[in-house]
Amino acid sequence: MDVNLIVNGERCRARVEPRKTLADLLREDLGLTGTHLGCEHGVCGSCTVLLDGLAVRSCLMFGVQADGSEVTSVEGLAGDPESLSLVQRAFQETHGLQCGFCTPGFVISVTAFLAEVPDPTDEQIRDGLSGNLCRCTGYQGIVQAVRLAARLRREERAETSG
Amino acid sequence: MKAAAFDYHAPESVDAAVALLAELGDEAKVLAGGQSLVPVMAMRLGRPEHIVDVNRIEALAGATRSNGTLRVGALTRHRDLETDVLIRDSVPLLARAAPHIGHFQIRNRGTVGGSLAHADSAAELPAVTVALDAEIEVRSSRGSRRIRAADFFVSIFMTALEPDELVTAVHLPVWGRGCGFAVAEFARRHGDFALAGAACGVQVDGGRIVRAAVGLIGMGGVPVRARPAEQALTGADAHGADLVSTGRDAVAALDPPSDAHGSAAYRRHLGAQMITQALGRALAEAQGQDRNPGQSQAGGTA
Ligand SMILES: Cc1cc2nc3c(=O)[nH]c(=O)nc-3n(C[C@H](O)[C@H](O)[C@H](O)COP(=O)(O)OP(=O)(O)OC[C@H]3O[C@@H](n4cnc5c(N)ncnc54)[C@H](O)[C@@H]3O)c2cc1C
Ligand code: FES
Ligand code: FES
Repeated sequence: MDVNLIVNGERCRARVEPRKTLADLLREDLGLTGTHLGCEHGVCGSCTVLLDGLAVRSCLMFGVQADGSEVTSVEGLAGDPESLSLVQRAFQETHGLQCGFCTPGFVISVTAFLAEVPDPTDEQIRDGLSGNLCRCTGYQGIVQAVRLAARLRREERAETSG
Repeated sequence: MKAAAFDYHAPESVDAAVALLAELGDEAKVLAGGQSLVPVMAMRLGRPEHIVDVNRIEALAGATRSNGTLRVGALTRHRDLETDVLIRDSVPLLARAAPHIGHFQIRNRGTVGGSLAHADSAAELPAVTVALDAEIEVRSSRGSRRIRAADFFVSIFMTALEPDELVTAVHLPVWGRGCGFAVAEFARRHGDFALAGAACGVQVDGGRIVRAAVGLIGMGGVPVRARPAEQALTGADAHGADLVSTGRDAVAALDPPSDAHGSAAYRRHLGAQMITQALGRALAEAQGQDRNPGQSQAGGTA
């Protein structure tokens, strides 16, 4: 089946079998391997992408369902491939990653989370992170990354509005 | 972990969807949020030949209210239960239950109709519908019918739905003033299915409990309504209600599952605690909203 969608701001067209997930469509047909597949049944969160602005599991959607939608994967967060988004910078600075397998999913989830909860408490941060698993870091660096990203984000907003 | 091949259909109206279901019979599966069905297909626990994706049917999403009833469309996402003001104001128990469903990424896709049709007794929404005496509206090419929640959930993962029927909405009663609602549950990790939980509503008038609804999560093969607890509370003085023994009595006769996550006895223990907690919070909220607190006879502090 033909699928037309916008991925990271660019119009894309692919011909996919219905049984292929959105994650497979991104990775195999569009060559965007930043979206990782861990469990392939919705538990680990490493495949999280933005679908029309909302964070979803790309392993729990078929690619054909994304026809007409806008998808943002980790490759598209910063706008240009050479730079890092604010959330990505925060992960780098606080050592919010070790092997990095889980990181694309975390970065996407945190981006969506901060858009809704710009000034989170630590409890809200932990709740917001509960849908992503990391087997390396022990989460402390990740919690710090979210705190830092929230602060950077608020500062950036204050600057642009003031 | 890849689904077997299937034919994909994406009808844009309820009529088109039920026509497809009539034609394809039990070779077809409805796909809503996919948060339960896609894992089932990936693990090859199910291999439907046809998928009828209802996500393009706009008429299936959203809520409306009339004559004291809230109608929530089957394709309404779990997320909307938290954010939609009409839903939150009309049936607060839905909004209180939603944050307990998985994680926000799951709630962005998962739907009300999908949760009900999937009929996991450890899920939140089936328990809410049973507690509130909701009716589930279903359609097929043969017509439309409404099924009381108590009759809809038949046994473990089994509903009264026929293979050619589509869940189109759920109808829930809007309670009046003086109400409080709460969901309490115990899960090993945040976002996991609960080992045991309770979804409760209480209405107080003049310091007296005039209505109580108690639905239990994970306490049997189907969502259980704790009628003895409701009866014990109805008519009781809101201040003097013994919620600890209400919880204990409510689970005494239940036979929850015993598995690797917990024994039946452990689940009964947790269930009693969750009932006590949820009722306590619901009651406190209801008392705060009581229209005639001054009329309370026994409760001196009201
Ligand atoms: C990691 C994870 C954690 C989760 N945790 C929880 C939790 O804590 N609590 C909880 O309640 N759920 C939880 N879920 C499940 C989630 O809530 C599902 O969204 C829900 O159970 C099914 O809804 P859905 O819209 O995704 O349905 P789908 O997965 O699309 O469908 C589920 C079943 O219902 C049928 N169906 C769907 N819609 C209709 C309809 N309109 N008419 C007839 N049949 C229909 C399908 O054919 C299928 O058999 C979790 C899921 C994941 C992946
Ligand atoms: S790969 Fe999608 S949640 Fe694990
Ligand atoms: S950094 Fe290795 S899994 Fe998270």
